[in-house]
Amino acid sequence: MATEHSRTAARLMVSPAVILLFLWMIVPLGMTIYFSFLRYNLLMPGMESWTGFDNYYYFLVQPAFGAALLNTLLLVGGVLLITVVGGILLALLLDQPFKGQGIVRVMVIAPFFVMPTVSALVWKNMFMNPVNGMFAHLAKTLGLQPFDFLSQAPLASIILIVAWSWLPFATLILLTALQSLDREQMEAAEMDGASWMNRFIYLTLPHLTRSITVVVLIQTIFLLSVFAEILVTTNGGPGTASTNLPYLVYQQSLLNYDVGGGSAGGIVAVILANIVAFFLMRMIGKNLES
Amino acid sequence: MARKSSSLKTSVVTVAAWTIGFLIFFPILWIIILSFKTEGDAIKAPLEVLTSGWTLHSYAEVQERSNYALHFWNSVVLSVGSTLLALVIAVPAAWAMAFVPGKRTKDLLMWMLSTKMMPAVGVLVPMYLLFRDLGLLDSRAGLTVVLTLINLPIVIWMLYTYFKEIPGEILEAARMDGATLRSEILYILTPMAVPGIASTMLLNIILAWNEAFWTLQLTTKAAAPLTQFIASYSSPEGLFYAKLSAASTMAIAPILILGWFSQKQLVRGLTFGAVK
Amino acid sequence: MTMTYRAMLGATVALTLASAALAETTITVATVNNGDMIRMQGLMDDFNAKHPDIKVEWVTLEENILRQKVTTDIATKGGQFDVMTIGTYEAPIWGKQGWLVSLNDLPAEYDVDDLLPAIRGGLTVDGNLVAAPFYGESSMVMYRTDLMEKAGLTMPEAPTWAFIKDAAAKMTDKDAEIYGICLRGKAGWGENMAFLTAMSNSFGAKWFDADWKPQFDQQPWKDTLNFYLDLMTNYGPPGASNNGFNENLALFQQGKCGMWIDATVAASFVTNPKESTVADKVGFALAPDNGLGKRGNWLWAWNLGIPAGSQKVDAAKAFVAWATSKEYLALVAEKEGWANVPPGTRTSLYENPEYQKVPFAKMTLDSINAADPTKPTVDPVPYVGVQFVAIPEFQGLGTMVGQLFSAALAGSSTADDALAQAQAAVTTEMTRAGYIK
Repeated sequence: MATEHSRTAARLMVSPAVILLFLWMIVPLGMTIYFSFLRYNLLMPGMESWTGFDNYYYFLVQPAFGAALLNTLLLVGGVLLITVVGGILLALLLDQPFKGQGIVRVMVIAPFFVMPTVSALVWKNMFMNPVNGMFAHLAKTLGLQPFDFLSQAPLASIILIVAWSWLPFATLILLTALQSLDREQMEAAEMDGASWMNRFIYLTLPHLTRSITVVVLIQTIFLLSVFAEILVTTNGGPGTASTNLPYLVYQQSLLNYDVGGGSAGGIVAVILANIVAFFLMRMIGKNLES
Repeated sequence: MARKSSSLKTSVVTVAAWTIGFLIFFPILWIIILSFKTEGDAIKAPLEVLTSGWTLHSYAEVQERSNYALHFWNSVVLSVGSTLLALVIAVPAAWAMAFVPGKRTKDLLMWMLSTKMMPAVGVLVPMYLLFRDLGLLDSRAGLTVVLTLINLPIVIWMLYTYFKEIPGEILEAARMDGATLRSEILYILTPMAVPGIASTMLLNIILAWNEAFWTLQLTTKAAAPLTQFIASYSSPEGLFYAKLSAASTMAIAPILILGWFSQKQLVRGLTFGAVK
Repeated sequence: MTMTYRAMLGATVALTLASAALAETTITVATVNNGDMIRMQGLMDDFNAKHPDIKVEWVTLEENILRQKVTTDIATKGGQFDVMTIGTYEAPIWGKQGWLVSLNDLPAEYDVDDLLPAIRGGLTVDGNLVAAPFYGESSMVMYRTDLMEKAGLTMPEAPTWAFIKDAAAKMTDKDAEIYGICLRGKAGWGENMAFLTAMSNSFGAKWFDADWKPQFDQQPWKDTLNFYLDLMTNYGPPGASNNGFNENLALFQQGKCGMWIDATVAASFVTNPKESTVADKVGFALAPDNGLGKRGNWLWAWNLGIPAGSQKVDAAKAFVAWATSKEYLALVAEKEGWANVPPGTRTSLYENPEYQKVPFAKMTLDSINAADPTKPTVDPVPYVGVQFVAIPEFQGLGTMVGQLFSAALAGSSTADDALAQAQAAVTTEMTRAGYIK
């Protein structure tokens, strides 16, 4: 079907996007690679000198690096777990007929529209603050000691905040998928006496596989670069308890103004993200083939 | 019997769905409530907050201190502009990948997505230097281009999955009738793809509206969108819950309303081709 | 499609315009979102009346974002701002780089000799005044007079740390949500490290010895950190490791702190009956000491500086001179009362009998005078700065050490571990930066 003519046309049509993205990738990336080999502190211009792999060495040996790596994985994994499981349950619930479906759906979808900075500010101050926050007030009403979320469980708190933002996204995709489930097949299975659990495992879940894959893929891309939520709530602390890779790079390049070290960190992060992406594609990519 | 149990089930589902929906929505509702309180009342216990008086004072103060209209307009221009620009680039690319797939189409798509994984903070200084040399600092044009490029991979991917679901036979039939490539895209493909394009557009507007790194770093005043508006209320000295709530409400309200009105459209396209 | 066209057209126009200079007289001022700066924005009518040809546009940002944005801009010569609000930490470093326009040629009626010597000294590089102070602050003890009385104690004008600990223990009533002492715990060189570095000075500790070797493995730092952790865990509020100035201010204003050691500028907030529930029950004292000759108070000022690349230096100077003038202080006093005047910059303000009636005026001046950035510690050190070390690397170092100490406060590590890690990390960085040969 594809003629030589249409192939040429297709190449022409793809090329603007490819060229632009290539430039977008290569220009900053090229500059970043260049900077990553320099001793370059923003506050001491004119002192740049070639340092070889020093920046990489120092970035990788700092104790915070291991912690940041682990935190990044925990953050991505934790949010994925909550949003996928929560999304499936919520989608199953919303798929049932009930009164006021439209309004409930509007309420569930809402957090997705809230800017990350705003949601982090609101959770931090109005809810998790151990003195004036809503949770502290509730605990006091119940006669309990207020729990100090952001210092006792910083990473878990951030996971909660991020999961709140992404739960609607997962729910919506899964709900759409559920609605296309073959009703007759479901009813037939019910007639045959298949339990709810069995119907879910053997009919619903396989049907949702593709959607779950999409949710995991898209969210991973965004979750690997979670930054604003950490900056606003914990500043990566206490210690390095909630420092992820992007935040570590931020610390290096914009708090220390060590552009060389920050660039090296950026390159390390790009490499790691691509490794994750590669494995992700290997593991779940085949689910996307039609 | 069956009827009774199903009506019981419906009420249980109704209660459960409303409770969960309310809990998920509650933080947003709470900001809206706090925005109508005085600073002193806003930090009280929840029940006292609800029973205290209502006031528009925080809105007045925010209005007086900041140029909301300018920030709002910048947000609109940036998110809509970058979305349209992205669509202009993405529609042909997605069309070509969907209907004339090559051996490397999948790889190309994955490569495009991988460009999104670069941590923005790591490339700020290079970008800042680049923008300075091009005279693009604090310009809507420069930021529009950045936002376009950031979201382009997602846009292409969404459109690609959407186009793939359009049966090829229709296009072949059109070709038999002598349709040119241009008219094929314009008169056959586009109308069929309108729902997909619409939801892609909506999602992209939301993502661009909420982008909070580049919009803050590359602007100062003329091109500064609502993300910067929020940054001037985030942690001042003294009590700030009510002012922060008012500013937050003003920053998220437009996109929330847009999202609610268009949620059906949005949902249709959010499938990413995952629903067959 | 028309929208796209318009966006494109807009892009082209913006591109063309961006290279041309903006209107001659519009200056962009980057500022921090604190009360005094916001107040100034409300008093611009006076400036506009005096300088009708200059239009001031504000970019108001939260402190951390502001600092990062102006630093990026000035270091890359981005030219986005004509006046920048900078701290006493940045001023000498930037001044040395030649990034700031000298303000030595301000008109005679500006009366530069009226600036407080301690503040002015910190802003002078090689004989050039590189930034003009908008307000200055030190730190001091703010305490609840009623709770102090209830505890049967009298706060001396110059308390010792031992007294502070004793008072904190007696004032604390956790059931009534009253915590004896509130101190900064949030990680950051300008947050917990500002407090702890200043505090460590009074314990005889220092960041570096004469050879730039870090001193966290020495006894004085151990004493400092242990004393701080002991105070905070026993008598501090919950969640202290996330508390900065704002959080503590809110706590104090709600009557939940017995004592609070922080910026002198807080005094005008806690005594303001509109915001504070304890406005009439606040007393002030000098920051504590240990009898070693140094007090645990810092010295800080927010200043207005003009980046060397600015195209509108004259208009910017006119603005800086107005904003930091005696007349501006009088203007604020007239419109908002003496208590709201930006403190800590001018001798004449403290000589004004009207201002002397303000309850915290004297204590603020005494605190500022008690801090000496050139001799901050008990033993001599190779650096300048009370609660910071004026080298470009300090921001990073301070934040890193601040994180370790805030982890110790949160209970996720011990004081000894935190100090050992700080020592190791700072040694690495200082070696890398070439200070340690």
